[in-house]
Amino acid sequence: MRKSRYFGLAVIVAVLLVLPLFLQNGFHYDLVIRMAINAVIVLGLNLLIGFAGQISLGHAGFIGIGAYASAILTSHFNWPPLAAMAAGAAAAGLLAALVARPIFKLKGHYLAMATLGLGFILAIAMKNEAAYTGGPDGMPVVPMSLAGWEIAGEKAWYWVMALVLSISVWASLNLIDSPFGRALRALHGSEVASQVVGVDVVRYKVAIFVMSAVFASIMGSVTAHYVGFVTPNVADFFHSIELVTMVVIGGMASVYGSVVGAVLLTALPQALATFEGWETVAFGAILMLCMIFLPKGLVPTLAAKLGRSE
Amino acid sequence: MLAQFLQFLFSGVTVGATYALAALGFTLIYNASNVINFAQGEFIMLGGMLAVFFSQMGLPMPVALTLAILVPAVVGVVVEKLAIEPVKGAETVTLIIITIGASLVIRGLIQVWLGKGTFSLPAFSGNEPIEVLGATLQPQSLWVLGVTALVVVGLWYFFNRTLYGKAMLATSYNRLASELVGINTNWVLFISFAMSAALGALGGILVTPITLTSYDVGIMLGLKGFVAAVVGGLGNGLGAVLGGLLVGVVEAMAAGYISSAYKDAVPFVLILLILFFMPRGLFGAKVTDRV
Amino acid sequence: MPLLEVRQLSKVFGGVKAVQNVSFSIDAGIVYSVIGPNGAGKTTLFNLITGVYTPSEGEIVLDGENLAGKSPNELARRGVARTFQNLQVCMNMSALENVMVGAHLRLDRNLIKAALRFPGLAGRDRQLRQEAAELMAFVGLEKYVGSRADCMPYGALKRLEIARALAMKPRLLFLDEPAAGLNPKETLEVDELVRKVADSGVTVVLVEHDMKMVMNLSDRILVLDYGKKLAEGTGEEVRRNPDVIAAYLGAHA
Repeated sequence: MRKSRYFGLAVIVAVLLVLPLFLQNGFHYDLVIRMAINAVIVLGLNLLIGFAGQISLGHAGFIGIGAYASAILTSHFNWPPLAAMAAGAAAAGLLAALVARPIFKLKGHYLAMATLGLGFILAIAMKNEAAYTGGPDGMPVVPMSLAGWEIAGEKAWYWVMALVLSISVWASLNLIDSPFGRALRALHGSEVASQVVGVDVVRYKVAIFVMSAVFASIMGSVTAHYVGFVTPNVADFFHSIELVTMVVIGGMASVYGSVVGAVLLTALPQALATFEGWETVAFGAILMLCMIFLPKGLVPTLAAKLGRSE
Repeated sequence: MLAQFLQFLFSGVTVGATYALAALGFTLIYNASNVINFAQGEFIMLGGMLAVFFSQMGLPMPVALTLAILVPAVVGVVVEKLAIEPVKGAETVTLIIITIGASLVIRGLIQVWLGKGTFSLPAFSGNEPIEVLGATLQPQSLWVLGVTALVVVGLWYFFNRTLYGKAMLATSYNRLASELVGINTNWVLFISFAMSAALGALGGILVTPITLTSYDVGIMLGLKGFVAAVVGGLGNGLGAVLGGLLVGVVEAMAAGYISSAYKDAVPFVLILLILFFMPRGLFGAKVTDRV
Repeated sequence: MPLLEVRQLSKVFGGVKAVQNVSFSIDAGIVYSVIGPNGAGKTTLFNLITGVYTPSEGEIVLDGENLAGKSPNELARRGVARTFQNLQVCMNMSALENVMVGAHLRLDRNLIKAALRFPGLAGRDRQLRQEAAELMAFVGLEKYVGSRADCMPYGALKRLEIARALAMKPRLLFLDEPAAGLNPKETLEVDELVRKVADSGVTVVLVEHDMKMVMNLSDRILVLDYGKKLAEGTGEEVRRNPDVIAAYLGAHA
């Protein structure tokens, strides 16, 4: 079992290397890129929800911060894209820390409420501050450039996201199997037990919340540059719920589950395209059915069936 | 000046009454099961949408409105049976996710069935506004406030003076002990969901002639109802009503005096402030956890 | 100077005085037991001293430093460890990981270094695993080293909590009813284990209902009744104390 820790990662890397042979057009590339972006966000969110047992219903708000930081700072203030991305991540992290500290002293419902409220406030601000954000219609974003090299076209973005995803999976695997990760899982398992062995529970919850917010913000920036356009919909409540659904269906507290959940649910709207309007029903039904019949999610359940732990 | 203030106050109290009904719904279910039902807002939407649907079918108004309360109550019970009972005693996160799932299903089905349009109901007793010190009051506002007041009195009577109500209260204090003295706590859960859905639907019907309705109004109304419940101290019935009115009034004042664009953000700013500075809400009891 | 000195400690819940003006001191290296009928305030006393509850009044002095009102993790930093009467094992983790969490404060807990797997961490982690496995063997759980915590029987989980506490390398270990719910054979094994722990230099504070075990292990005994100190002394002294006989032992005789 210890040996197979990176086995899944090897599979992911292999798939990412071979996949371009099967991708026939820009549309296919686009789908995979969006899967990868979601997967990275969900990895961070799963650390919070699955491993630490805390919920965020406003994560799309942090994605929005990153997306708009990149859009606004590069266009209105001529910042280089990387600096704008870093500023967005810092802002998202700071905001998360500010909100989380008092909230994490409270119980689950309140955190759900607070994160949800925060998400709504951010989305409303993005719609209303039209002078900077272009309002509900959104605004264009300049392409991503690194030291003079411009990332343009689906193929370039594919390889960038393949690299980012692989590193994120690797880092998540490392993290959960470290003293930090064990403390995180321990406070989920028994808060009082983790306290008496010296875990500063509030600090750990805040740390992982901030980290997942930073992940989300960076991916928001990436999305903005990749798509070349950003609208307030990125910060939508429904988007937050989509992300939670990805965590749940793939498997709470499963690194590979995060990737599987993101891949499946990013593909779902395409699969449901013929059933106009049924998307919401499908998401809702998946959430309920998963929680009732597959509470551990796809990957952990399958892993257990195959008789080995992840 | 006064007229303007009164005008904002009237609209705040009216919409606040709807939040109060939703908040009461949250409170009922929370007390019976410790579940925060994130689908509560969808019952408000259902009430309004179904009232429109049944009345457009040509049913007489009283019948249409009754059906628009009964059907959501049945939906509430179905949600409880299919989604909440199978995962009894699960983690908070699980329960939150399940009720969000239920809310998406309800909202999605209505969207597919009745479309994305915006609908209205005729006001119950005309649109002739009433002049009060220079401000105008819609007759429908009086309906909203009057019915809400009746509901509050009715609930008070139910919980304090009837055996069923007392049984429900007892269950919220101590489930196991209630089972031991012979209270059927599953039944309590069942009734709580039915009542809470009916309350939400009632609020949705009452306010539709003023604010209009569509398939997607549930989330925002439900969330504001939840804000109201938390403001009033989660689990406290009277607190929920006062919380609802407070949220409505603060929202209307902020929209009037500060910025109407940020109207919907107001309750969430309010809730963040309250969670930071008085986490038990304005009227909540202090609870000690036993380790 | 005693290792731990408790002065005039009180805890009030609403109107209930769960612990009232209790004072005692514990010398380093001994086994100190707290006994008393159900509801006497033993677990509350543990919760107060380990920081889980905040005292209403009184001082908890460890090595000359007053720690009353400090949080559990601050007490953990000063070498106070404990187990729980109602199991608090993390069922979402493996048995070995539960023990490894006990070493939390002795490890590099940096998030970024861990995520990027800085050189040296892997070796440290292997060493920690080894250490945790040895501790599991020490408490007699060698056959569960590869198990998930949620697959272990009750008696084994009770020992797992002891192993986790020992991973903290504590100076002062509070054991809250380590033998509760165990059969006579298992009780005897726990008895031996506590002896072994005490011999390794850890000061042990024990709450236990099994009188044979208490009398066998304890250097000194504190008797609580209705939250008040009824008596304190060696096993022999306590056994002969008329108040104790009346309030507690008498009920068993």
